[in-house]
Amino acid sequence: MPRTIIEKLWDSHVVHEQPGAPALVYIDLHLIHEVTSAQAFQGLRERGLKVRRPDLTLATVDHSIPSTDRSLPIVDELGRKQLEQLDKNCQEFGIRLYGIHSDRQGIVHVIGPELGLTQPGMTVVCGDSHTATHGAFGALAFGIGTSQVEHVLATQCLLQMKSKTYQVQVNGALKKGVSAKDIILAVIAKIGIGGGTGSVFEYTGPAVRALSMEERMTVCNMSIEGGARAGLVAPDDTTFQYLQGRPHAPKGADWDAAVARWKQLPTDDGARYDHTVTIDADRLEPMITFGTNPGMGVSINAAVPAPSQIADPGARADLEKALRYMGIEGGKPLVGHKVDVVFIGSCTNSRISDLRTAASVLKGRKVSPNVRVLVVPGSQEVKRQAAAEGLPEVFRAAGADYREPGCSMCLAMNGDMVEPGQYSVSTSNRNFEGRQGPGARTFLASPLTAAASAITGVVTDVRTLL
Amino acid sequence: MKFQNVESRLVPMPATNIDTDQIIPARFLKTISKEGLGANLFCDWRYDKQGNPKPDFILNQPRIQGAQVLLAGDNFGCGSSREHAPWALTQFGFRAVISTSFADIFRGNSLKNGLLPVIVPPDVHAELFGAVEQNPAAVVKIDLARQTLTTPAGREVPFPVDGFSKHCLLEGVDEMGYMLQHDARIAAFEAGRVGSINTLT
Ligand code: SF4
Repeated sequence: MPRTIIEKLWDSHVVHEQPGAPALVYIDLHLIHEVTSAQAFQGLRERGLKVRRPDLTLATVDHSIPSTDRSLPIVDELGRKQLEQLDKNCQEFGIRLYGIHSDRQGIVHVIGPELGLTQPGMTVVCGDSHTATHGAFGALAFGIGTSQVEHVLATQCLLQMKSKTYQVQVNGALKKGVSAKDIILAVIAKIGIGGGTGSVFEYTGPAVRALSMEERMTVCNMSIEGGARAGLVAPDDTTFQYLQGRPHAPKGADWDAAVARWKQLPTDDGARYDHTVTIDADRLEPMITFGTNPGMGVSINAAVPAPSQIADPGARADLEKALRYMGIEGGKPLVGHKVDVVFIGSCTNSRISDLRTAASVLKGRKVSPNVRVLVVPGSQEVKRQAAAEGLPEVFRAAGADYREPGCSMCLAMNGDMVEPGQYSVSTSNRNFEGRQGPGARTFLASPLTAAASAITGVVTDVRTLL
Repeated sequence: MKFQNVESRLVPMPATNIDTDQIIPARFLKTISKEGLGANLFCDWRYDKQGNPKPDFILNQPRIQGAQVLLAGDNFGCGSSREHAPWALTQFGFRAVISTSFADIFRGNSLKNGLLPVIVPPDVHAELFGAVEQNPAAVVKIDLARQTLTTPAGREVPFPVDGFSKHCLLEGVDEMGYMLQHDARIAAFEAGRVGSINTLT
């Protein structure tokens, strides 16, 4: 029977299945960070267990570390203790750690791909909901909770019910000024944030094929915002070209054998999906969110919905609550709305191509004096590459603050916060209440839109500056 | 700990899409233990800037003290994978959450922590909100073995739960034990892998 890539990946990793129980699924790569692992290691200790495959496990630090000078001591005591604990845990259990001073440190979903660790055909997990990022390579990548982190550490397996298959087909081609971020924001706006619950997305269609690996990562990254357990893109020459020569990619004859295997992965002709949704890239405009979940998004020049237009009382109440929190009125576009902070970073948009894109808009311009602009590269590798290309100078000359790699203002755990009531245009993935700091109000958008808004000080359609 | 039947008043929170950043904001995730999270459950909705309880927020109202069942809007628990969310909910005293749907990771995390996600159809959901509005002391019963929820009006409604999670909850066993039993199978699977799967060496 013809199978989707999702089913092929599943079938090739099931260790054991019995009726009435979730399947035991083998995990090829387990990524760990400081925030969701301490309790799992403690659990191992209490049970007297070891890490089964430290050689398939890699740790880094990203969520809570400061984005400021790393040679200074960390003043936040709890944050420092958490980092020390990860250090201790990795030593005790024999796990490789790219720590705060490592030249390979970075956001966990940025370093896996750039080191060539994430490869087609793999299963990948991390105690982080944006693990779907790795799906860009044709891997099945799940975000998991801390109990499951402990399970994978001890058994290298995950207990999972089989997911439904959900095709997200993107036809046509993107117009100038419209990017991968706009695709995924449009998908989520269309299906809603619970739309993919129980499913794994496969992104297909010519507009997806045309994306670079980094753009595919941006799309897959936000699969969870559509409610999906994972999201992926079948591997092709773009994938192979990106991987070849990366530190952990196969070499020589192994490479050829791997590529031959990977070419078997794409969905067979005639395979059926449980659901399909279609998006037309030709008609996409830059997207922006106006509310307090990532599904509350519109084209940048379109009016924000007004509660009076919503018939369903529950939906109306939700919209009213969101607009009240955001301090905006429905019925008119966000373009021209004041902006206080611009954040360019996060596992969605902190790779070198994102920084290049932002720099292309900021070059030779000044950010608005009323806007605080933070540019945070996703990893040390991105930072090195950016430096080689002179991007930090572009950011600084424009008046932006260029920081050290990590999650930073995406979740505001490290002190990089939007002040209460302030408006931020952010390239991250969540606009929940308080996500970027208590009372913070977040508009999610692409790096192009963020950079354009940094310059004008108001929400801006980047195409007016191109 | 074995999951016992629940008989409790309801704590209504009708907002839809309540995400785990609301349940427990990220700044409380710097802990390396599972304890001490209940006090910060729904922190930004529950306390004002000075840290004083907001009297109009449901968790601060005397009438819900001791209640063990959260009645929440659709798609509860979306967002981050933080298991701190069910830890915080159970530490506050919740043993079950009722909604029309739950985000996948949250649902899985809850089942591993003795917090039962109870999925009900929209009409039952609406009936429960109506019942608690009329009578804040209205009581529901949840029987996991029979997989039934009894509404305050006495209507018995079935709810789904997978057999494996149900067994684990009722017997108070955790999944790790089950997984470790399969050690030989896992080893055989590892030995039979085609091609190199180890990218780290
Ligand atoms: S950048 Fe944001 S979304 Fe990504 S891993 Fe870090 S905190 Fe999570």
